[in-house]
Amino acid sequence: MNQSLNRIAAMTARCYYILRSSWLRLLEIIYWPAMQMMVWGFLYTYLYNSRSAMASTAGMLLGAVLLWDVLFRGQLGFTFTFLEEIWSRNLANLMMSPLQPAELAASLMLMSLIRLLIGTIPVTLLALLLFGFNVYALGPALVVFFLNLVLTSWAIGLVVAGLVIRQGLGAESLAYSIMIVLLPLCCVYYPVEALPGWSHPVAWSLAPTYVFEGMRAVLLDGVFRTDLAIEGLALNAVYLTIGFTTFVALLQSARHKGGLLTMGE
Amino acid sequence: MSSIAQFIPGKRPTATSSSAAPACIETDDAPAIAVENLCKKYRSHWAVDDASFVVPKGWTVGLLGGNGAGKTTTISMIMGLVVPSFGCAKVLGCDMAKERHEVLSRMNFESPYVALPGRLTVRQNLMVFGRLYGVQNLRARIEELIEDFELGDVLDRATGRLSAGQKTRVAVAKALINDPDVLLLDEPTASLDPDRAEWVRSRLRAYQQRRDATILLSSHNMTEVEQLCDFVVIMSRGRVVAMGRPRELAERFKCRDLDEVFIYLARVA
Repeated sequence: MNQSLNRIAAMTARCYYILRSSWLRLLEIIYWPAMQMMVWGFLYTYLYNSRSAMASTAGMLLGAVLLWDVLFRGQLGFTFTFLEEIWSRNLANLMMSPLQPAELAASLMLMSLIRLLIGTIPVTLLALLLFGFNVYALGPALVVFFLNLVLTSWAIGLVVAGLVIRQGLGAESLAYSIMIVLLPLCCVYYPVEALPGWSHPVAWSLAPTYVFEGMRAVLLDGVFRTDLAIEGLALNAVYLTIGFTTFVALLQSARHKGGLLTMGE
Repeated sequence: MSSIAQFIPGKRPTATSSSAAPACIETDDAPAIAVENLCKKYRSHWAVDDASFVVPKGWTVGLLGGNGAGKTTTISMIMGLVVPSFGCAKVLGCDMAKERHEVLSRMNFESPYVALPGRLTVRQNLMVFGRLYGVQNLRARIEELIEDFELGDVLDRATGRLSAGQKTRVAVAKALINDPDVLLLDEPTASLDPDRAEWVRSRLRAYQQRRDATILLSSHNMTEVEQLCDFVVIMSRGRVVAMGRPRELAERFKCRDLDEVFIYLARVA
């Protein structure tokens, strides 16, 4: 167990060294979420000050943007940390070390979390300072929402990392694009009822849907829906199991296919 | 068809055949690496075709062959990075397709296909890999490597900014960080000038003797192979076509040196 923790710590240290080596990288982690926040923040201000029916939903919009970013950046952080190993042609060094797949996954999760916190905390503070929107007003519900979204992002990150190992850098673009598939279906900016009937089961099979519905319940009705939180967590447990199993299976498949040694060439 | 090596007590490596057929390694040393009827098929192409040989503990064996001969695939299977289609590769008694995690902490490797993270400094890279391998007294071990490989000047420089020769020295230092019992080296001196190459070879020899380590190395540098290796295995088109001590191979094929043997086998095998 100690050895295992030591290896996870080593991998985390490796990622920390990379982040520390370049302030531009740190800036990049904050830059995109900050720019997005600015755009949506101005829209929030406009809607909030308007006398239209949209005024009451302005806060929801900004909350949705912030939470969506947790999901999106969480997966990006996970996948990019993994891609760093391939870009630097280091994957075979890791695969030849005693590092186990579960330890690699754990270190990627840890780094995803660190990158996420680096990216989102300044942005939430920016939202508070510039637009007076306090996402922390969600209280303990925010922790549950955050946890649910991060778990989903890791599950998807595991599948993407597995696909990159199996298919090579040809699958790299999935890192940027895969989450966009979820955007319309997990009802970030609108309730599930806004979707056509046939797609409701699909939407409710996605853990983030429970988070965004839960967020709307808190912001509109002032109610924290425990049922949604628990269902989301249960779905995420299934997702993570599937994600890790897929990652290991694709890694094993890559060992049959060959190419792990030369990956990144 | 290549033959599986046999072990006869009390003998150093000798070629048992004077024909062109591969010879066996004869020794009472237990095998550190055992390659048994190893095959790897990619679609319709056999990258490795029924290769068998052993590397006894404490020996340095050269794996030779032209481009596409199957050396890298064979080494990949020995490392457990590639699963064989048939046969098996065992290291320290463990089947690398199934039990690799049992022995990975006692192995290490260096390959030109692989690089250390370029943004990390040399010290950071050695720290990270030392911790991954669970090295005890890591700082002291790193100090030893710094001294052995004369890395003091580059220790706090980004690895990606080093010259090819410096990178090779760092890569070899990384390969030795856990004092491996089994070391796999893929063209370890390919990017070095002759002086530096000889310097690295001397370090590898010293390490091998100090630890009684087992080394399997692939190289296109026949002088290097003659200097370092107790025994060589020559591959062509995925098959083992000859095995023996370097000098004996030259005698068997009526060649002046291993260079000529290599060229001869590349043309006729």
